[in-house]
Formats: sequence, structure tokens, C-alpha cells
Amino acid sequence: MELIPPGTKIDFVGYRNVAILASIALIAVGGAIMVLRGGFNLGIDFAGGSVVQVRFGQTATAEDVRRALDGADVGAVTIQDLGGVANEFLIRIPQVPGQEESMTKRAVDALKAKFGADKVDVLRVESVGPRVGKELRQKAILAVLFATVMMGVYIWARFEWRFGLGAAVALFHDVFLTLAALILWNYELDLTIVAALLTIVGFSVNDTVIVSDRIRENMRKDHRAPLAAIINRSINETLSRTILTTGTAWLVVTVLYFLGGVVIQGFAFALVVGFIFGTYSSIYIASPVVLFFERGGGASRRRA
Amino acid sequence: MYRILLVLGLTVVAVIFLLPSLLGESSAGWGFLPNRKVHLGLDLQGGTHLVMTVEADKAVENALELMVDEMRGELRKANVRPKSIERVAGPALQVVVPTEQSDPLSQVLKDRFPNLEVKGSQTVGQELTVQLVFYKAEVQQMKESAIEQSLETIRNRIDQFGVAEPIIQRQGDREILIQLPGIQDPQRAKDLIGRTAVLQFKLVREGANPEEYRDSKKLPPPGTQILWDAKKDEFGNRRRGSPYVVESRTLMTGDVLTEARVRPGELPNSRIVSLDFNARGARLFEEITGANVQRRLAIILDDTIYSAPVIREKIGGGRAIIEGNFTADEAKDLAIVLRAGALPAPVTVAEERTVGPSLGKDSIRQGMISFALAGSLVVLFMVVYYKFAGFLADMALIFNVAYLLAALIALDATLTLPGIAGIVLTMGMAVDANVLINERIREELRLGKTPRAAIDAGYERALPAILDSNITTFLSGVILFQFGSGPIKGFAVTLCIGLITSVFTAVVGTRVVYDYLLSRRRLQTVSV
Repeated sequence: MELIPPGTKIDFVGYRNVAILASIALIAVGGAIMVLRGGFNLGIDFAGGSVVQVRFGQTATAEDVRRALDGADVGAVTIQDLGGVANEFLIRIPQVPGQEESMTKRAVDALKAKFGADKVDVLRVESVGPRVGKELRQKAILAVLFATVMMGVYIWARFEWRFGLGAAVALFHDVFLTLAALILWNYELDLTIVAALLTIVGFSVNDTVIVSDRIRENMRKDHRAPLAAIINRSINETLSRTILTTGTAWLVVTVLYFLGGVVIQGFAFALVVGFIFGTYSSIYIASPVVLFFERGGGASRRRA
Repeated sequence: MYRILLVLGLTVVAVIFLLPSLLGESSAGWGFLPNRKVHLGLDLQGGTHLVMTVEADKAVENALELMVDEMRGELRKANVRPKSIERVAGPALQVVVPTEQSDPLSQVLKDRFPNLEVKGSQTVGQELTVQLVFYKAEVQQMKESAIEQSLETIRNRIDQFGVAEPIIQRQGDREILIQLPGIQDPQRAKDLIGRTAVLQFKLVREGANPEEYRDSKKLPPPGTQILWDAKKDEFGNRRRGSPYVVESRTLMTGDVLTEARVRPGELPNSRIVSLDFNARGARLFEEITGANVQRRLAIILDDTIYSAPVIREKIGGGRAIIEGNFTADEAKDLAIVLRAGALPAPVTVAEERTVGPSLGKDSIRQGMISFALAGSLVVLFMVVYYKFAGFLADMALIFNVAYLLAALIALDATLTLPGIAGIVLTMGMAVDANVLINERIREELRLGKTPRAAIDAGYERALPAILDSNITTFLSGVILFQFGSGPIKGFAVTLCIGLITSVFTAVVGTRVVYDYLLSRRRLQTVSV
């Protein structure tokens, strides 16, 4: 079976200006969403605070839960009905320094008083203090930045500096757009999202490596062809592989998104959108950057 | 030839590590199998992950507080009459003496308090005010030992509480990481760990009416303080009960305790906690009780009054009891904290992650379903697309998952929910190597090469791309491992191991089959 017939010649490079404009437009829209939504929806890992996930042994609505918590003096809680699962709710309790512990206990006590102690199954309790939240925030930003730069440096070392630069630009593009999508779909940023972002970085650079590897190989084979033609040929030759690998990876993260459960849903969502951006950017962001700097790297190319 | 030996050898090792987990209890008698199973993270088996911050500054303040009495005693011996000695913010010890006594004061400071340094002094009229602090190195050491001692005390408490395989270790500058797998009542464990457990004995002031101080508007008489006892609410939580007026002076503390035990009380189904004192404590307790017959002695734990019995007679023998409306668990926990001793400084919860056993089971189930479905889809897709070569890739995938799980067991790594997600993701990405190889073989065949030449070239040409692309992903996994904690680390570990095993099974494992087919000259066409 073949999805992409051999000898396919799509003029990817020819469309690069359209693609770059589209990316810039997407980034602008993403930036606008971030500003309009007032920045990220930080989960407790980064903002501090508490979450309590409970399951009731009887039918309950979010309104019931809210009423039960009204008198418990736990501040402005938000209650999320974990739809699809029977009577399961996620209660978010905002940060009160030094009070995280007693807040969750008070909330659970209030629920037990209302619904009966044997009807309340406390599935999960998480509390993060403000200092830990701040630390994790800094570490997360550093990790993502560091990973992106590392990838660029690795590719620079293995190929040429323009490939490294192209990869790094593509990675920033992917991470930024994934974050925008998370905001648009109201996902909270937490530690698992950072794990997803780093995975996207790894996955996206994966594609870039394959295309770059082929570009290098074709450059050696054919010294005289213009770089644009070589890039086009290389993308076309690897297109079948790109689609297959992205396809299988995308398949499994979609399965995770639907069946993996509420704890890793945000993580799976980030991967689902991130893998799409990652594949797109390898073709339309990383390669045009290489082409843009053709003059600069031309000499070294001839030597190679 | 070496390839087939390598694959066979690794497979045997993998099976040996996997068998105990697959067979469950029935493998117990097989002595040659390693006694290891997949180690489940707290998010899968349920349990509590706590990070406690030791308020080490408080330990320094407490030490200064103790210096107040000591300073008073030493100054009296040297005939220095201070106007006041108190602990002030900073923290520092502030001593005010008449100016003519400044020389004897500095003499006492030099001879008796070598660990204090003068931070500042000023003379106003006839009074000299001196502020004293501990030397920096002293403070550093005090904080350090407060953290070490807290760690030790918490470890003792948890050991006595009885948790299977707890993890208690220092983390960073002044934090303690505690992991309690499979715990049924996380709140109880948290209370037990977080209790400072400073036991004090103080006398109740006679003739004062505590009810006057209930709304805390009126100041207590000089030399006394207001402390409260606790009442239980409907959930068994202790809430503030009634006020007592007690003398501020602490007659005795819990550091003289040698043993604390739960005993049945006089009423049916009631419990008391009995305390044994060491020789010094026994003598002290005898003196205190002898001198205060008919007065009430308050037994105070962490500034809450547990009981305040009337002293009927002098009590010798170094024994005391604490009465109270204890449940069995409360009495047991009280005895544990008294036995393990007080924390040198209060601890606060910086981070808590508790997963109940039912959520852990749900997560395992959801992870398994995702794994099975995602795996089947990938396997099906590969065999439809590449036929025989796809079947080979599928075999590689199955071996890959087996190696991956065996490696997790062998390395004693922890499987978490994101870790399961990592295995699922590995399946989706692992086929990449075989896709690359197969696409290459197709290309080479199109150029008109023989099967043997096409296969050789396919593997050889695809290898650099496979290595580069996996190394970059591996690097991001390593960065993630550095960054993450607990569940996230679990993801990074499965991702990284999965990359290694997948490259091996895809590049070396599938090649073995082609080698075999080519050596028998059976291969006239390549099914790819």
C-alpha cells in the first residue's frame, strides 16, 4: 500500500511564503488569545492552591456541591463536573498562604456532612504552596527554553548552523501555538503540560532531522542543483515517512486523549495539537529558514 | 550471526525479569527468578506525597528564647541587675542594664556566652541597651541540625505508625520529602507528621476566672497566659474548647520522657497515655507535685491543654498519665509523637499530592485500555501498509514493549500514569525507525536493486537519520527527567528507555529475520 506515490513533486518551497504568512497570522491570533484571556490559566502546580477530586455514591450536581461548600469558608471555589464519569467533580480551591491543608480538609468535611461520609469517595487531593509554585514555574520555563536551544545546538553540530537555527525557530513556533491552543480550549497549565511540551519539542525536531538528513544527502549527490530544488526534492522523498510516522503517533495520542482519563487529558490534548504543528513546522518553517540563509552557508555547502 | 545471539540473549533476560510480574504469586517458589515486580507510583497504587518545609528560623528563635532564662541566671551570679531581658525581632536578645554595670555585663558575655555576638548597643540616659545575636556559623549550624533532627523525628514517627516502604528524605535546602504508598488515612498521617509535639507542664493560676478572657479582649494577669483545651466536633476534629489561665513558666518539658504507652482507662472503652520519665524528670516531677499539692497541673501539647488534673499528693516513681477523650487511633498517635519526641521547629506542608486507591485503579484501567487500543491500531496499520515488512515491524514493536517493561523492572524504575502514557506514545513513535527503513528499501527497489542489495542499503542509509532523530528526542527526555518530579519523571524514564529499546528492536531485531531469509536464499522478492 502506498499513500504517497513515488515521484510525487509537490512544490512545498513555492508555497513557503503563503505558509509563513499563515504561521505569522496564527501566531498573531494565538498572541491575541493569550492577551484576551489574560494570560495562562495556571494550574495549582504553578499558581499554588488546592484541588480535590471527589466521587459521590449518589446523584449529585455541581449546584449541590456548591451549596455544600457554601458554609465551609473555603473561599471562591470553582467546581467542574467531570462529565462522562458518574458523579465525579473537581473542586479547585484558591491559594490562601499557609492554609492549603486545612482548606481541603474543611471542604471534604463539608461534603461529608452534606452527602454522608460513606457516600463521598475522595479520589485525589493536591495542594501546592506559593513558594513551590513559583519554583516550579521558573523550572518549567527554563526546561522548555533549554530543550529548544539544546535541539538547535545539536542540529547545528550534526548538520550546519542554518539547520540548527531553522529547527530552533520551528520549535518556538510549535511551543507557542500549542500554548495558544491550550488557552483557547481552556486547559490548565500544569506539570504534565510541560512534559507534553518537551515531548513535542523532541517529536518536532525528529521530523526536522529526517528532512535535514535527506537535504544533506541530496546536496552531496547533486552539487549543482539550486538549494530550493534540493529542499523540495528532499521533502517530497521523505513525505511518505513523515505522514506515516505522524499518523501513528497522532493515532496513539488521540486514543490517550479519549481513553486516558481526566488526569492526563490536558497532556494528551497538548500532544494531539502539538504533533500537528510539529510536522507542519518541519516542512514549512525549518526548511525556509535554511533557504533564507542560503548565501551565508553556500560556501560551506560547496566544500561539503 | 552476532545479531541473533544478541536478540536471543536480551530476550531471555527480559523474560526472566518479566516472569514474576506475569505469574504473580505462583512464581514465588522459583528461586532463580529475580524477586522484583513492576514498581507502581503513588498515582497508580494510591498514597500520599508530601513536601514539608522545616521552619528552621523558628528553631533559632526558640534557642534565643531559652537564652533569656540562662542570661538572667548568669547575670544574677555576677551581681548584674538588668532592667529587662527579652527576645526581640531579628531575632535578637535585648538586654537593658544601668550604664555603670556595662563592664561586668561584657565580662559575663565574654565568659559565659561565647556563641553570642553584640549586634548593636546604645546608651540612652542612664541605660545601656545591648542587642545580642548568635554568630552566623552558629545560626547556620542550628538550622542545619533542626532539619536533620526533624528528618530523624519524622522518620521515627512514620516507622512507629507502620507504613510499608515509605520514602523520607531531605530535599533541597530546608525541605523534607515524604512518600507514603498505599496509605488509607492520609489526613491522620499528615497530622502525625506535622505535629510539633512540644509537651509542657504548667500550673493553672488559681483564683482567675478564665471565662473573662474568652473573647481575648482582656489581657491576662502578669506572668500568666491563656491556653485552650480542645473539643471534638461532629467529624472528630479537635476545635478550640474552653480557656484556661496558666502560669507562663514551664515547669517541665517532654525532653525527659523515656516512654509513652497507650493503656486502658478506668471507664470501659476509654484510654489513657502513660508517660515514663528519666531520672532527672522523675526527680523534677516529684519536686513539682510535692510543692503544689491541691493545685491543678496543666499538661500541654503544642499549646493545647490536654488535661489539667488536681495534684492530690506528691508523685514519685517518674510516672504520669494523660487522660482525655481519646479514640484508639488518637491515643496511639499521641503515644507515637511523644515517644518520637518533639520537632525542633514547626513544619508546614509545602506540597501535597494524595491519590486515593480507587482513582489509582481507574488510572491503571484507563492506561491499559489506551495501551491495548493504541497498540492494536498501530499493529494493524503497519501490517496493512507494509505487509510482511509491517509484520516484522509489529514483531519488533511487541519485543520493544517487552524489553521496555523488563528494563523498568530491572532498573527498579517507578511506573506512573504519565509513564503508561509514555509507553503508549513509544508504540506510536517506535515504528518510525521501521518506517524509515522500509521507505528506504522501497526507494532502493525502485532503483532496480536486488532484494539483498535493497535491504542492505535500506538499513544502512536509514541508520544515521534514525540515530539522529532518536538522540534529539532522548535529549528532551533527559531534560524532562531533570526538571520533573514523581509522575513526570516516570514519563521521562519510559520515554527514554523506550527510545533505546525501539531503536534496537527496529534496527537489529528486524534485521535478524532478513539475515535468516537471505542466508537461506529464499528471498526472491521483498514484501514491503
